[in-house]
Amino acid sequence: MTMAWPNAVSVEVPQKPRPPVILLAGNPNTGKTTLFNALSGEAARVGNYPGITVERRSASINVQNPNGSQEKADLVDLPGAYSLSARSPEEKITLEAILGLASNPVPSLVVLVVDAGQLARNFYLLLQIMELSVPTVVAINMIDEVSSPPSMPELSRCLGVTCVATNARKKIGITELRKAIDQALSSGTPPSINLDYPASLLGELGKIADALPESWQLTESRRRPMALWALTSIGDDELRDIPSELRLACENMRIVRNDHDLDLEIVHTRYAWIEDCLRHAQNKGLSNPPKRLMSERIDRVLLHPVLGFLAFALVTIILFQALFIGADPLIHLIEIGVSACQSVVVHYLPSGWPRDLLVKGIIGGVGNVVVFLPQIALLFAIIGFLEDSGYMSRVAFLIDRVMRLLGLHGRAFVPMISGFACAVPAIMATRTLERQRDRLLTMLVVPLMTCSARLPVYTLIIGALFPPSRLGGWLPLQGTLMVGLYGFAIVATLGAAWVLGRTVVKARRVPLILELPPYRLPHLRSIARMVVSRSGDFLREAGTIILLCTIVLWALLSFPRAPVHNGPAASAMVTHVAQSAQQLPGNARPQSDAERAAETKPIIERSPGAWIGRTLEPVLKPLGFDWRIGVGLVGSFAAREVFVSTMALVYGISDNDTGAEVPLRERMRVERKKDGSRPYSPLVGASLLAFFAIACQCSSTLAVIRRETRTWRWPAFLFAYTGILAWLTSFAIYQGGRLIGLS
Amino acid sequence: MTLADARLGELLTIRQVGGQGGFRRRLLELGLLPGTQVTVKSVAPLGDPIELLVRGASLSIRKQEAATVSVTVDLKGQFRSGSP
Repeated sequence: MTMAWPNAVSVEVPQKPRPPVILLAGNPNTGKTTLFNALSGEAARVGNYPGITVERRSASINVQNPNGSQEKADLVDLPGAYSLSARSPEEKITLEAILGLASNPVPSLVVLVVDAGQLARNFYLLLQIMELSVPTVVAINMIDEVSSPPSMPELSRCLGVTCVATNARKKIGITELRKAIDQALSSGTPPSINLDYPASLLGELGKIADALPESWQLTESRRRPMALWALTSIGDDELRDIPSELRLACENMRIVRNDHDLDLEIVHTRYAWIEDCLRHAQNKGLSNPPKRLMSERIDRVLLHPVLGFLAFALVTIILFQALFIGADPLIHLIEIGVSACQSVVVHYLPSGWPRDLLVKGIIGGVGNVVVFLPQIALLFAIIGFLEDSGYMSRVAFLIDRVMRLLGLHGRAFVPMISGFACAVPAIMATRTLERQRDRLLTMLVVPLMTCSARLPVYTLIIGALFPPSRLGGWLPLQGTLMVGLYGFAIVATLGAAWVLGRTVVKARRVPLILELPPYRLPHLRSIARMVVSRSGDFLREAGTIILLCTIVLWALLSFPRAPVHNGPAASAMVTHVAQSAQQLPGNARPQSDAERAAETKPIIERSPGAWIGRTLEPVLKPLGFDWRIGVGLVGSFAAREVFVSTMALVYGISDNDTGAEVPLRERMRVERKKDGSRPYSPLVGASLLAFFAIACQCSSTLAVIRRETRTWRWPAFLFAYTGILAWLTSFAIYQGGRLIGLS
Repeated sequence: MTLADARLGELLTIRQVGGQGGFRRRLLELGLLPGTQVTVKSVAPLGDPIELLVRGASLSIRKQEAATVSVTVDLKGQFRSGSP
């Protein structure tokens, strides 16, 4: 018995036929992803749409043939969209997926998810899909939210496609939906509707239809709806791959028919059809009044001028607390685990470079990756709660006034503020932004925020190089510097966003349209699924790069090999990621290190890392940095705080005067050059602080941007622009300071 | 009168959607058509954007764009949930 899959008929396929593709489309906030999870039940595969870094989630599901046998089909979760008309490449994805354009597979069926309380607006997208004669099944979702649901048979009859009432959260109606999907797949009849567009409009439309490119392979029935699509999309757009004849045809039509409001004519005709259809289906499926009243009541508090901002501040504080303090025990646990693994290996393997590679390069590198997980998981859990509950839209509503000064959407607030904890999860959080350009801009400025990895470095430099004096007799200098650094970071971030948003990632201003959905209880399972999927994604894609970087950096600072009995300081190096200056190794054994010092001195001084440090010295000297800081900067690539342990290592090894192990802070404070001047004066400290505040010398950040943008171009740009900016700022501080007589 | 200077809670009818290009089209597509009833439900605490209630959905747009939508007042008073 042959199958009657719409795409497999009449074509003789020599190899195994590809499984039919089912697209899940719908407006944002319709519970589409929850329905996707309810239908697929298993872990989704995450990929990208061809040519664009928009996430494509898909899963394999079982569908039933007419003969009763099971078959696999690919279920694809499309990005939420209000309409098929598109102004940007990311908005065009829905159309391309539905038509099977731009190397997307041709779908067999579209399942359109509709908010039962918003039928008219949701049907607009449905209507566009039906006009393109794509087989469609409609899931009238969140049916529990309407008091008197419309009759499904009546609605199906009016629309001409099967409608099924569902409640994806409670998994109600899923079996019926599956049945409808099976049926639609085997019958495969595309819907056909005819709208009463004004005859004058249709008359002129032929010219646009003629200009539609051959490569779109449009069937006769799709030419008119596609001409309408072109007319309502092209012009004032950012679309790529639109042939110039088509652009010209659309322009001409607007000129020829400039006495008509074409957009209004088209949209009005569609809404008239929808309203007519809903009139027949007796009930308009209005949102359940008690539910909406409740939402309004909550909004009266959460959007209140005073209470609203208090609540907002509270949410921000919770976000901070979770990322800083909540993640801390887990991070600590991971660090303990990593060092336990390292001790075990050290204990059982003979010393030598393979052991060091395993301990410091590989285990340390895995630690460097895993250590990000608590913050990533927590941030995405919080984002999940904010999105699912509907509060994220309110955040955008509350803060839009501020964010738009930067040319960003209000939603960019959460990734931005997360940057204070760590740029890595913050950059991953930019996925909540719809526009590619907004995501990119946020990614390029978030690394300027004072992340928690900078704190140990700041603590070391401020503690070592600035006296604990008080400015004007009352303002503590060290504390003020710390606060100043936070202020500086905010100013730098905003400034960079302002400049980059007008130059490198320039885009036309897009007016805000923000839906404020009713408050809903977050769906824990969906959130958990997202957290797991994001974390796994990070481990797989960014983790490998970070691991590789750690190994390379280990090699840079560990070769050529030292005599076998290298000191404890050396073995404590690069891997000790989260160690602060006070805990640095070696305090316990002062005498023996002096002897070792002489022998071990050459290790790091002859290492490629030191060579890089020395090579960089001419560039770093105008900033007041010596080669040791250069080595520290190289080391800090593994993670910023490694600067501290690398510096300790540099000193632990090349220590040749007193021989006593002093905490690094003390050491840097008392260090004198041959002429008796301080190599690390407060002026050098200020220059170094500025450098650390700006430069993105963090391989993990670069790796995660590479993951998100799928190109090395943007991480390279970020590295270059922050590097140059950092150099210039430090140069200005150091040379300026010298000019006014500071040393 | 435009949406930008409408008072909170007033029941309004859209007369004309001005503005241009893609944004205007998107407003139309979201159902803000001439003849549709709309209410300004709230204003963000910082004075912008505003929240609209249209066809049972809450949409938020900035005042600058709201000023392109001309409206007339239908009847005074609080817009009740459940109205069309």
